[in-house]
Amino acid sequence: MMEMGLLVCILAIFATMAMALWRAVRGQSIYDTIVGVNVFGTKTVLLIALITYFTGHDDLIDVALVYALINFLAVVAVLKLVRRRDLAASGERGHD
Amino acid sequence: MTESLLNIASMLMLLAGGAFAIIGGIGLLRFPDVYTRLHAGSITDTLAPLLIVGGLALQSGWSLLTLKLLLILLFLLFTTPTASHATARAAMLAGIRPVTASGHDAGDPNQKEPSSSNT
Repeated sequence: MMEMGLLVCILAIFATMAMALWRAVRGQSIYDTIVGVNVFGTKTVLLIALITYFTGHDDLIDVALVYALINFLAVVAVLKLVRRRDLAASGERGHD
Repeated sequence: MTESLLNIASMLMLLAGGAFAIIGGIGLLRFPDVYTRLHAGSITDTLAPLLIVGGLALQSGWSLLTLKLLLILLFLLFTTPTASHATARAAMLAGIRPVTASGHDAGDPNQKEPSSSNT
């Protein structure tokens, strides 16, 4: 019975990831893409956590832990890259 | 008895989390501009991990696995609103204006406030 709940939740997460991916691919602006990728990354963390419980391999949870950190850094780095066209730009004024 | 109660609570939280995730995905597809999509995406991005990680933590009791799950939840609760805020701010600075019902430009600082006589 518990496996059934986990499976339904995994399928719901998969459906959400498909919708987020569709929004990322067909977004009108670059920010739509970033929103879609952000949602996709968060749902990936949840998916890995769910798969950890579904398969019983407890070590997989470390992958989710690392992914949660990398996802945030990736979104912020891409935002800065889009804004400044340069990841090494300083935070001083006068850029726009 | 306690085991089955915990299982039922865990199952309900998992199903609620999955339902919230799907609702957020539908909102992401159907809303008209960046800010409303961000609203749909980021709110469910905060709520669905809370429910799903909570439901998973109920299953394994006090263990190292639960500790790591709670760490994931802590990171997600800090980083998801931060990333959403950064995205909204970057979109606003890039000149994308929110779509409003009246066609009135909500983010334009040069536009005059609507006078109080017509309210």
